[in-house]
Amino acid sequence: MLLEATGVAKTYGAVIALRDAALRVRPGEVHALMGANGAGKSTMVKILTGAINPTAGDIKLRGEHREIHSPAEARRSGIVSVFQEPALIPDLDISSNLRLTATPVEAFDERMAELGIPGVDKMAYARELPLATLRVIDLARALAADPDILLLDEMTAALPADLTDLVLKTVGDYRSTGRSVVFISHRLLEIQSLCDRATVLRDGVTVGVLDVGPGAGEEIVSLMLGPIDEGEASRASAQATASEETEEPASKTARGPRLTVQGISSGTKLKSVSFDLYAGEVLGMVGLEGQGQDELFDVLAGARKPDDGEMFVNGSKVKFGHPADAIAAGLVFVPANRAEALLPQRSVRENISLPFAARIRDWGPINIGREREKVDGAIDRLQIDTRAQAEVSRLSGGNQQKVTIARWIAKGVETMLCFDPTRGIDVRTKRQIYQLLRDLAAAGAAVILYTSELEEIQAACDRTLVIFGGEIVDEMPAHEADEPTLMRAAHGLIEDVPSAHGGGHA
Amino acid sequence: MTAPAMAAPSGGNDLARTVIRLARRNSWVIGLWILLGLLLIFTKSILPNFGATGINNLTLAALPFALATAGQAIAVLTGGIDLSIGSIMAVTGVIAAKLMDSAGDEFAVLVIAVALGAGLLMGAINGALIWFTRVPDIIVTLAMLFVWAGTALLILDRPGGEIADWVRSLIRGTVAIEWVPRALLFLIVAIAIIWIPLKRSQLGLSIYAVGSDRRAAIRSGVNVRRTKILAYALTGLFAALAGLVVAMNTGQGDPVPGQYLLATVAAVVLGGVSLAGGTGGLIGPIVAVFILRLVRADLTFLGIDNSFATVIEGAMLVGVVMLGAVVARRQGQS
Repeated sequence: MLLEATGVAKTYGAVIALRDAALRVRPGEVHALMGANGAGKSTMVKILTGAINPTAGDIKLRGEHREIHSPAEARRSGIVSVFQEPALIPDLDISSNLRLTATPVEAFDERMAELGIPGVDKMAYARELPLATLRVIDLARALAADPDILLLDEMTAALPADLTDLVLKTVGDYRSTGRSVVFISHRLLEIQSLCDRATVLRDGVTVGVLDVGPGAGEEIVSLMLGPIDEGEASRASAQATASEETEEPASKTARGPRLTVQGISSGTKLKSVSFDLYAGEVLGMVGLEGQGQDELFDVLAGARKPDDGEMFVNGSKVKFGHPADAIAAGLVFVPANRAEALLPQRSVRENISLPFAARIRDWGPINIGREREKVDGAIDRLQIDTRAQAEVSRLSGGNQQKVTIARWIAKGVETMLCFDPTRGIDVRTKRQIYQLLRDLAAAGAAVILYTSELEEIQAACDRTLVIFGGEIVDEMPAHEADEPTLMRAAHGLIEDVPSAHGGGHA
Repeated sequence: MTAPAMAAPSGGNDLARTVIRLARRNSWVIGLWILLGLLLIFTKSILPNFGATGINNLTLAALPFALATAGQAIAVLTGGIDLSIGSIMAVTGVIAAKLMDSAGDEFAVLVIAVALGAGLLMGAINGALIWFTRVPDIIVTLAMLFVWAGTALLILDRPGGEIADWVRSLIRGTVAIEWVPRALLFLIVAIAIIWIPLKRSQLGLSIYAVGSDRRAAIRSGVNVRRTKILAYALTGLFAALAGLVVAMNTGQGDPVPGQYLLATVAAVVLGGVSLAGGTGGLIGPIVAVFILRLVRADLTFLGIDNSFATVIEGAMLVGVVMLGAVVARRQGQS
């Protein structure tokens, strides 16, 4: 074995990022490292590159035990990595960046030519170059160092198609020298065409090592998901909810959509996204990390101006220059990170009443009576096991998230944008949050719920969109959206690719 | 592929393009040189007998500020700041004056080496504390401001000691012709010996890398700990030079630091070094020191009330930096 990492574990306090992971890389192979969000992939990468130290485990390079404490040390041991964010210093020019890593310039030039960008301007500052060029420079620099193990993290993300082909070809050729590549990608099609073997992680454990051939994608997906039985109960209840809703869509659509998004694009991450969101529904959205969902929600919440595209609320065109514009149009945002939305040192009551007081014309003394009435109503629904006077920072994460949602209920919300609201929240509170969202929809609100946990789609949503590579690639009713289907779609494995592209309209 | 990546060097326009690019990249520093030139002309117009002596006095007054600012600029380039710079100057000044007084002139070179070594050490201690405690630079150096200030008073409780005459003469008078002050030569030599080789070295690149993007620096294999400690040590070295120069100028050591700290920060900012780190150099801040000293001198010549002159200085600083931000935003958009 060229690289042999066994029994690797990493814990942060009580949180277990890696339990018992193993990765064995043979000389002369391209080895895929796979896993769903939170499976421990990136922790494994950080350990191999020396960015963090493992709690336990053994790493051998060419049979020799090695401890890797820093990226510099990993480099000296022959492990060079290319990360999603280029490791180029923005304020230094390219030749200084090459000197910083002691990269042989000739080898770098050759690699750049091979990768399709010959004669790159080495006097340009890294910050002056487009992201795709920087990623290729980063790869060429890594290749020029001639490492035993080349570690590529989402190398093809944000690259145009022509460059992607050259990158894949170059990476494929690298193995013929007896050196190896560890390849991390969300794109299963790439994995299938490029890689020799794959290691699959789930919940911090290596659950499978397989030879990659045609059709291996299915096997990888099922390994990433694991045996499906735990979600059965919630699915049953969700099915019931879903069937209750089935009569309604006709009447919903008849009134026209609450929110229409047409051809929204932003930078390289978001390419022409279109969909409709109706009053009375919870619309799910799933995607792997970094597929453009962050940018999409920023646009919807008014925190980012799109490069292109239009948005309509209740049929009239809107343009948001500031989050306050979005709120004025009835779109409120619930972020994954509660701290972004709450005043942690203030009481639950004050936090819930904040949206009432936020309007300029309400400045001056707050109408205590009116406030109390509405807030009490909201607190009742919250089922927070603490008094409303408590500081928000003392509440658990789940209860904090309930406060962020409930305050918009108190205000009377039209459209709610939820971005992974249940991240890191216990199961019971999650259920309560789903119920809050369903109640909101039942009361006539439109809810869009992006989630990184696939089982939430059936538990809380009516239908779902799948975002991949900055586009909506699939749409389906919630009862069809079981985890394997979603996982395949989220990895870009869609049977009827042509019809799914640019879709989104039912 | 997009255009900027394909800007391959080709044909005879190469040189012209390089020159234009260098000019654009250094536009801020070029602007500062022009401003300094205009100020010199203005000074000559309000004070017709401003000449070699005037230049000499200006340089002598600016020298400790320039050296301290060079040190501050290095700390700021790494994304930090050194609030203890004035106190380090005081410590090295009193060390030099006290030792030279008791050891005699023949040991002056040794004493200077000891004083510079002390500055290097104090800076390294600052840097090491920042790294190992993970406390922000501004807090650590604020704390060390008091520690080093107390240290200076322990060494010498009131102004005293003596600096050898031949050492003092290093920065006094002129070289060859009356237009080249020794102080200017001293400054140029100090920068040329310490900074110019360093800037091209791995350490110099690392200083910029750490300040520009710490994570990318780590991933490029930069040893952040070593870089931080060495950068602060260099800051200490320049502070020591500045402290020595103050003592050389007055002939004795003063344990109470002068008003250097905020002046260095102002000059660093005016000199085009981003407080976020990673961009700029030492030349800009040093030119900025001369501009700030000259403005102060002109306001005095014009008989403007000293308090009002301070207001004008502050307003000018805000105005110039604001202008710089506007220009930078324009460039960023285009």
